Amino acid sequence: MAQTNTNLDQNKFAAAEELPKAQSKVKEFTKKFMKRKTAVVSLIFILFIILMAIIAPFVVPYAPDQPDYTALLQGPSAAHIWGTDEFGQDVFSRLMVGSRLSLSCALIATVIGTAGGVVLGLIAGFYGGFVDSLIMRCCDVLFAFPDILLAIAVVAIIGPGMVNVMIAVAVFTVPSFARIIRSATISVKQSLYVEVARSLGCKNSRILFVHVFPGTIQSMIVNFTMRIGTAILAASSLSFLGFGANVTEPDWGAMLSLGRNYLNTAPHMVLFPGILIFLTVLAFNLLGDGLRDTLDPKMN
Amino acid sequence: MAEKLLEVKNLRTEFKRDKTWVTAVNNVSFSINRGEILGLVGESGCGKSVTSLSVMRLLARNSKISNGEVILNGTDLLKEDKKGMRNIRGREVAMIFQEPMNSLNPCMKIEKQLTEAILLHNDFSKEQAHQRAFDVLKSVGIPEPEMTLKSYPHQLSGGMCQRVMIAMAMSCEPELLIADEPTTALDVTIQAQILELMEEIREKKNTGILMITHDLGVVAEMCSRVVVMYAGRIVEEAPVKELFAAPKHPYTQGLIASVPKLGSGVESLPSIPGSVPDLSVMPKGCKFAPRCKYATDICREKEPELEVVNGIHKCRCHHFKELGKEA
Repeated sequence: MAQTNTNLDQNKFAAAEELPKAQSKVKEFTKKFMKRKTAVVSLIFILFIILMAIIAPFVVPYAPDQPDYTALLQGPSAAHIWGTDEFGQDVFSRLMVGSRLSLSCALIATVIGTAGGVVLGLIAGFYGGFVDSLIMRCCDVLFAFPDILLAIAVVAIIGPGMVNVMIAVAVFTVPSFARIIRSATISVKQSLYVEVARSLGCKNSRILFVHVFPGTIQSMIVNFTMRIGTAILAASSLSFLGFGANVTEPDWGAMLSLGRNYLNTAPHMVLFPGILIFLTVLAFNLLGDGLRDTLDPKMN
Repeated sequence: MAEKLLEVKNLRTEFKRDKTWVTAVNNVSFSINRGEILGLVGESGCGKSVTSLSVMRLLARNSKISNGEVILNGTDLLKEDKKGMRNIRGREVAMIFQEPMNSLNPCMKIEKQLTEAILLHNDFSKEQAHQRAFDVLKSVGIPEPEMTLKSYPHQLSGGMCQRVMIAMAMSCEPELLIADEPTTALDVTIQAQILELMEEIREKKNTGILMITHDLGVVAEMCSRVVVMYAGRIVEEAPVKELFAAPKHPYTQGLIASVPKLGSGVESLPSIPGSVPDLSVMPKGCKFAPRCKYATDICREKEPELEVVNGIHKCRCHHFKELGKEA
């Protein structure tokens, strides 16, 4: 027993010499995260969807746009496990390949929205005063609209299409980020180390990006994860309403829209895309919850 | 005569509260010579920290310095613009704060924080800055500078953090160091080490140090002169030995009396009744009168001036002549 203890101590010491505890913080995080089963399952599911988005075109049994006129609107079977649509296209293949379009659209939109929201939030929180009021009141105006309605309004103004859907989704991501990052900025701004940086002669801009920004990353990560879910839902909704992807393209929302016409005769056309969207959004939200709980020191 | 490093004249700092301005620091004047440690003593809320922040011009936005001069090496800091002030901070004046554990950015390795200050004020390459960081850590008595440079603040103890903070403050060799209660958050053995380190810095670099504290033990040990503040005013200024041997102001007397003495056998510690008056409802005459057992009518009517007792010993009290004999 004593032997093992010394070994342990030695290992600790050796590790500390190379790179003191920097690694172990990641390890500690991983350990805590692994305890949250729902978050882990969500992560696995998300990784699977991402993997599909990358490799689907090479592994799915049918090409997503390959029609089979001998098998129209068929229910799930051995040949087509999730059935076929009105052109005899394999629903499973289309969904898997479609994850590429849906995910990338949501991801790009969220990244753009996050970037905008973070910059605005940092500026508002750090400089305060009039700039703060101006930015936050603008955000309040955007907040007044329900998310989807705002996105529809944006698309209505700039026209339909995948790129415009991304812009619309990005626009409604901005205010929520701005608000969260602003409050994080305000709390970090008041910490002593920011004052120390100032006492050493740092410029405002330097303090903002080098000292304040890293302190807000935690809330950024959590919110980012959750917003991806919302973005998928919004992008799919817009496609469903016919604003986004062309119905011939393999996009989750567009497929749902197409299947709507056959709800009575071929419900699987709606069921599977619906379930997939539901699960993906749920997974992103649960992952976000898990990350928040893991990163929040008060929860441990 | 030693060379004057910092001279604060008639400093007045005000804060905005509920749309009115209240005076936190009023008519404060003192000076620090090169290689001298000046103690600034007083209880919480008496304006010690505001004075130091005024010198650094790091006050919050709802405050202003409405009067006075802060002359460092012949330049009035209150007349400097933002950019000039940034160049002075860190290079000519540096500051150490009360809570070492919170003074360092938790997201950054020590190396990055140290070299940041060095690179800001010197035209160094990264290697040179690293070398300077290494040297300065070594000079503050950190046993393994290379390892410390690679760590994050949470991996260091409070004492180590304070050493790193001192290293950071000293990295550009400022002429004036403002230490705002540098040992309050540390335990006694570490306190002694940190104070020793500051004494060493003063000796080696001839740095002037403004030591803000409410610990009279620290003052007795470190400082050559002491300024006692009460309610935003200087109430007494004296060489350290004289202050402890013959305090003139009743407030100083009370402060010294309330320090516990080992083996004195006294059951309850003498204390000063009451508390610091609120900034917006200051008494009319002497600000200490409501708590002073010697207060007379004149104390409640007229605020006393800071009068010379002898030499550089000054006191703000109407009755210091009589009280001095008693004490």
